[in-house]
Amino acid sequence: MAWNGFQTGLWQKEINVRDFIQQNYEPYEGDGAFLKGPTARTEHIWDILKKLFIEERKKGVLDVSQIPSSITAHAPGYIDKDNEIIVGLQTDAPLKRAIMPNGGFRLVVSALKTYGYEPDPHVVEAFSKYRKTHNDAVFDAYTADVRRCRSSHILTGLPDAYGRGRIIGDYRRVALYGVKRLIERKQEEKSSLDEHASTDDIIRDREELAEQIRALKELQQMATSYGFDVSRPAASAREAVQWLYLGYLAGVKEQNGAAMSLGRTSTFLDVYFQRDMAAGTLTEEQAQEIIDDFVIKLRIIRFLRTPEYDDLFAGDPTWVTESIAGMGDDGRPLVTKTSFRFLQTLYNLGPAPEPNLTIWHSPRLPDGFRRFATQVAIDTSSLQFESDEIMRRTWGDDGAIACCVSPMVVGKQMQFFGARANLAKCLLYAINGGRDEISGEQVGPRLEPVQGEVLDFDDVLGKFERMMDWLAGVYVNAMNIIHYMHDKYAYERLEMALHDYAPLRTMAFGMAGMSVIADSLSAIKFAKVRVVRDKTGLVTDYETEGTFPMFGNNDNRVDHLATWIVSTFMTKLRKYPTYRNAVHTQSILTITSNVVYGKATGNTPDGRRQGAPFAPGANPMHGRDSHGIHASAASVAKIPYRDAADGISLTASLVPQGLGRVPEDRITNLSNMLDAFFGSTGYHMNVNVLNRDTLLDAMEHPEKYPSLTIRVSGYAVNFVRLTREQQMDVINRTFHGGDKVAAT
Amino acid sequence: MSTEQVTLQAKSPFELRVNLGKEVPEADVRSALASGDMGFLHSFTTGATVDGPGVRVVAWTAGCMWRCLYCHNPDTWTMSNGIPVTVAKAVEELRKYRQGLKAMAGGLTVSGGEPLMQHRFVEKLFAAARGMGIHTALDTNGYYGDRLSDAALDTVSLVLLDLKTSDPERHRALTGMDNAPTHAFARRLAARRLPIWVRYVLVPGLTDDPEDVAKTAAFAGALGNVERVDVLPFHQMGQFKWKKLGLEYKLEHTSPPSNELVEQACVLFRNAGLKAY
Repeated sequence: MAWNGFQTGLWQKEINVRDFIQQNYEPYEGDGAFLKGPTARTEHIWDILKKLFIEERKKGVLDVSQIPSSITAHAPGYIDKDNEIIVGLQTDAPLKRAIMPNGGFRLVVSALKTYGYEPDPHVVEAFSKYRKTHNDAVFDAYTADVRRCRSSHILTGLPDAYGRGRIIGDYRRVALYGVKRLIERKQEEKSSLDEHASTDDIIRDREELAEQIRALKELQQMATSYGFDVSRPAASAREAVQWLYLGYLAGVKEQNGAAMSLGRTSTFLDVYFQRDMAAGTLTEEQAQEIIDDFVIKLRIIRFLRTPEYDDLFAGDPTWVTESIAGMGDDGRPLVTKTSFRFLQTLYNLGPAPEPNLTIWHSPRLPDGFRRFATQVAIDTSSLQFESDEIMRRTWGDDGAIACCVSPMVVGKQMQFFGARANLAKCLLYAINGGRDEISGEQVGPRLEPVQGEVLDFDDVLGKFERMMDWLAGVYVNAMNIIHYMHDKYAYERLEMALHDYAPLRTMAFGMAGMSVIADSLSAIKFAKVRVVRDKTGLVTDYETEGTFPMFGNNDNRVDHLATWIVSTFMTKLRKYPTYRNAVHTQSILTITSNVVYGKATGNTPDGRRQGAPFAPGANPMHGRDSHGIHASAASVAKIPYRDAADGISLTASLVPQGLGRVPEDRITNLSNMLDAFFGSTGYHMNVNVLNRDTLLDAMEHPEKYPSLTIRVSGYAVNFVRLTREQQMDVINRTFHGGDKVAAT
Repeated sequence: MSTEQVTLQAKSPFELRVNLGKEVPEADVRSALASGDMGFLHSFTTGATVDGPGVRVVAWTAGCMWRCLYCHNPDTWTMSNGIPVTVAKAVEELRKYRQGLKAMAGGLTVSGGEPLMQHRFVEKLFAAARGMGIHTALDTNGYYGDRLSDAALDTVSLVLLDLKTSDPERHRALTGMDNAPTHAFARRLAARRLPIWVRYVLVPGLTDDPEDVAKTAAFAGALGNVERVDVLPFHQMGQFKWKKLGLEYKLEHTSPPSNELVEQACVLFRNAGLKAY
């Protein structure tokens, strides 16, 4: 029986993975000395792929399958069938990308053409004649305001042409319960709705549940094609990983969501590893090999995307985010040996952006783990850290990150995500009475522009608030339309089948340009800012006399302007009702899109020139945080989580020498920095430990650095796959300790 | 708005900063130095990890009596290049980092320039820091060590002591001053069991003579209170400042020491029973 040896509990009576973990896991408080390197088999598989990666980089995409993807559309695929431990590919060959037209067919055609493929006429016919897509539907319902904001780029990245993503199926359920039990549960949920009157909401729920059941059956069918019977629970560690992965695989066969995150799996899986090891059927080497093979699979998840998409989010990101560690509600750390094994893959397979390994950090985590994770961060620049203290307080101890910084309770919560409002541009609209500062067109409402030569703080603030009111309304409208249509035309059947019925839904808005606005308002308040108008009266530039405090120096005079912006915009968003009564949240996160937002924004009163990039996420503007990382991080830590519950991103770049003179000191100092940041109100920190010279050399000689990984806001990328502009943006950022040598 | 805060925002400790305190009348400078209510700072930074234990706040003072040939901050030689900062303001700034400094096992380091040119300011700042439970490190060449009373030394948790050559003649050539006061200060610290971290700048051709290094090491080793020696490789990052200030820079053709040379020097210190990096 698959559950032999497990502690009994609530988890047997209901679908409750958290309870299973709590009853069964064994915290590990030691260090990483037990870990094993890669086996010859692992290296062999990875070598096959490394060769394919080179070819893929040359061609952009290695190959495309034009069969519209579904859970069962493709025959089984392998890298090297006889030598794989964990199997399953999105299509019938590694790195061969599938088309997923339900999100939007236009994007599919454009991507195919970009990479030199002629769209299959049958598919074209099906999706232009017979099948409407999410993309078509959204544009049927968009308002004129939304369209204008979309083309002027004050709203950018609306997921109206592809999958929205940021939904995490509880893939652990497949391993623990088997699909048969999960189908039974869904049938119970569905029949419990029979007694309800058939309102719009209930009809939609019934249809969704029917689709979920269908998707689970397809998962079973797909697993059978690989030779597995996932209708029953997994009976060993290897099966548990395989079952879980097949669940995830079904998700990424059906959806090309912008972020397809994995959840929180390591400590769950550890229970199976422990059981097999206790029974003497699994060695440490084999355990690591299973995890290595699983991670290899996660590293080759691919979606077909367009160059325009890459401008926003470069380097082929898939955000297979895995949440690791954190504390349990009962005070035991959620750290197990398998948490270490996941991190070890960065040594065994080399640094890489995927899976997006995310440490839920608390100063209370065991020393051995904190030091190991810090060491991995220093060695690979592939980890991000997020505040377990803040997220657990809000969401409990079985949460996971979707994408970069968005926390949710696994299997019980999902989000409607989309886009970012360019609030720096909104400030310029306020100054210009709704006219676009670049095109001169009337995009926003025709409000009174600023009069006179010198900007008055109170006047600008009042106008900015009114413009934010308008923008918040348009943004909520756009999101409601997008998610209504996404549910209707591109519903995540499989991912939602791995959720409870009626999960908590959040609607996650985003903001770009926070530090630009804070500094601009500071300039207006503390210095003298004169406007420069063109012939038509449009304010196109600013002349600043005097100095002003800048965000990132732990100076409340300007830091409180940053917190004001975040809280004010959040308040305005909350005024507008959301689709399915989702709870409004907001993130301060840009990933690499800060470059594109900057490109679309004119001169700003802080002295930033037209087209220059914004700082990423909640970071201070490049070079303006001049008092070191403690001051810089302290400014960012002031952003109130309650008004940015979808996450606040800080990317810290440090040079190794800036962490201490001796390697041992570097681990201690970085670990202490993380403790201090997360012991107060810090929310998220990407950690890069790199020399600027390395990056400059990588720009000139990309072939020497195929796996150079660098963290950007909330995510890691392969540096050599960024556009040149994005590379320059990374290089121009503040490197803490960059030219710090002991003064003698 | 005080101008002080904004102008303290140097891009880095290596930014050339001159004449920031020029507006301050001479009489005010003198009375500030006498009372210690005001100091003259080049800049300050946070998150520093190479100026004492843990992750620290470091303030660089302006003004130094030495003229080391390899100085990388010659703009900190004169006090008038610094920004006037009141003790109250400095303490208020430091207070913001209190919790973090404790969590990061760090503290406050006052470096320079030569902090003891403004010893009353340093005393007041350190007393306030210790009052907040913050570890204090004084980075000094020790020449004015006798300016600090025993009571003032009680507010110092650690001294980062710049030791250079042990040979008095060479020392004069290198720094323009005698080394006897520095040695006397070191012995006084040893008698008080106040821990020292020695900083030894290794300049090829100037401070790398093995015999000379061994002598310095023997002196440091005999003190009994030296916890650690940091052998700091000479670098050329300060060169541009000499040029901009119109000073004659004699080390234009000196290369940074090789890793082997640094390791050799470390071995000499280790032979004297010290921990050296």
